Amino acid sequence: MRKVTLNQGILKYFLLSILIFSLSSTYAQEDEASAESTESAIPGADPVAGKDLFNSLCAACHKPYKDGVGPALHGVTERRDMEWLYKWIKNSQELIASGDSEAVAVYNEWNKVSMNAFPQLSNKDIDDILAYVEQPKPEPKKKEAEAGAAVADGGGGSGISNEVIIGVLAFVLLMLAVILYLVNKTLRKFAEVNGVEVEEKKEKGKPIWVAFAENQFLIILTVGVMLLVVTWFGYGALMNVGVDQGYEPIQPIHYSHRIHAGDNQIECKYCHSSARKSKHSGIPSLNTCMNCHKQIAEVSDETATEEYSKEFYDGEIQKLYDATGWDPSTQSYTGETKPVKWVRIHNLPDFAYFNHSQHVSVGQIECQTCHGPVEEMEIMYQDSPLTMGWCINCHRETNVKMEGNAYYEKIHEELAKKYGVEKVTAAQMGGIECGKCHY
Amino acid sequence: MNKFNFILLAMFAFTIFSCADEDGKGAQYFPNMMYSDAYETYGEYEIFYEGQEAKLPVEGSISRGWMPYEYEDNLDGYDAAKAELRNPIAYTEDNMQKGTELFNIYCAVCHGAGDGKGILVKNEKILGVPAFDDQGRAITEGSVYHVTKYGLNTMGSYASQLSQKEMWQVNMYVMKLKGDLDGVEQPPFENEQ
Repeated sequence: MRKVTLNQGILKYFLLSILIFSLSSTYAQEDEASAESTESAIPGADPVAGKDLFNSLCAACHKPYKDGVGPALHGVTERRDMEWLYKWIKNSQELIASGDSEAVAVYNEWNKVSMNAFPQLSNKDIDDILAYVEQPKPEPKKKEAEAGAAVADGGGGSGISNEVIIGVLAFVLLMLAVILYLVNKTLRKFAEVNGVEVEEKKEKGKPIWVAFAENQFLIILTVGVMLLVVTWFGYGALMNVGVDQGYEPIQPIHYSHRIHAGDNQIECKYCHSSARKSKHSGIPSLNTCMNCHKQIAEVSDETATEEYSKEFYDGEIQKLYDATGWDPSTQSYTGETKPVKWVRIHNLPDFAYFNHSQHVSVGQIECQTCHGPVEEMEIMYQDSPLTMGWCINCHRETNVKMEGNAYYEKIHEELAKKYGVEKVTAAQMGGIECGKCHY
Repeated sequence: MNKFNFILLAMFAFTIFSCADEDGKGAQYFPNMMYSDAYETYGEYEIFYEGQEAKLPVEGSISRGWMPYEYEDNLDGYDAAKAELRNPIAYTEDNMQKGTELFNIYCAVCHGAGDGKGILVKNEKILGVPAFDDQGRAITEGSVYHVTKYGLNTMGSYASQLSQKEMWQVNMYVMKLKGDLDGVEQPPFENEQ
């Protein structure tokens, strides 16, 4: 029943959003069309082809509406002469060397970072790129979509179903109680009028607990059941001592593995690079984050989910900037840093030795084997129990990769012969000897 | 007797619950065997400045396997490295394979297969990634190493994630990809000694 209503909700939401999207995109197209028609500076240029060129060649340093490594390009055709732009883009260093005053001024203003030469671009290509950056900022389209989404949220309401259902149920229950009381009252009135006496049961008997205490069978049964319950929960509680499976602390920055490792398929070892060669998997230092987040100051609209809004994610990126002291407006570090105090999730007891590089680089074990579906985790949690039984079990089941390892060829061969197997497991290689992990 | 049993039970329960960690984790049986007395990586200890065990290396310290790099992080350094610097490691299948693995971890998210169309570019997260055969840049072994070490424009430095040898291994694969894009035949591998 719930499923059906939910599906309808989603369907409604979907249809509505399609409608709004198509409407807004037609508006946007009109916008683009009008922009093109009013674009008198570059007649005959194709902004769509320009976008491709811009994204592959220019976007490393330039953004259309915001300063990056280089200046924002929107309005550049008004600031500069077209012929000058052709020369500058094809080979800026040559233009500077020729002593062009404008070129030297720009070069000095932008910290003497030299712009790459693009001899492969024709004048037509440059026209296309400029036509793309001269398009008006697509602000109204975005706002409209947001407004549309808000409307759709109010109309569809697939996210609020649980609370609403519980609320309605509680209301119905309350109504039933009221009705029962009213009916009872009315019936009593009728009885009174008709002269029927309502019997009030007031038999004086044994209290129920005395009756219960006198019944031996019931007592034995109760004690038995209680013992079982206590044993069941007690055993469960004791088996959980020292096990933190599912531990999911709140981190100082809401870092989503789902977005990074899932949607964008960044390798685990990109950030946890020391897992390749050290005991620790390594908590990435923030310069690793800044490799990408120098560029990415805000998430796209598609990244936001119902639970976490775009504003929320942008705020979290801002926390990263505060920690590293990065000022996005000047594109430089202020030098004021404050370390992030991450909360450690996985922790083995001090008496057990575990080495990441041994498993990751030598054993070629996937990170997910122990850490679970990290690429789906919005908030990181401990997926495995990390108990000794769990370790041992994997060592018994996992075959050692012997192929292409000339150094160990002989010993592997002997081990395989000794155990009469084709594939040697980690356990047969000594992976369950006490001293391998406890010393 | 009954009372005595009850007190015993209460004491047992208290012992178990009082073992619960203060950091919100579950109970520990022997906390002193769980936590090390010695300082551990990423730990928090009073003795350190702001309690932080993870620290920057002391200024002037040299890490194991470090080799001097003469070119400075500026335009002149870039030009000089581009012109003179050559890959010092042997051109072997092993090095190439390690470079391929590392490239796929650290570079392919943006650079793809050298065409500048990695997954982050396809998702429009990072733009402006040039292909390795870009004529204006005309990359060489030296310029690639220089940029991997210091970073350039949007690209950050990878010196904290890759050792110097690993950077050269990646470099080897980058030059192979560039050769593939240019349609140049790859030379045969050298034999390992």
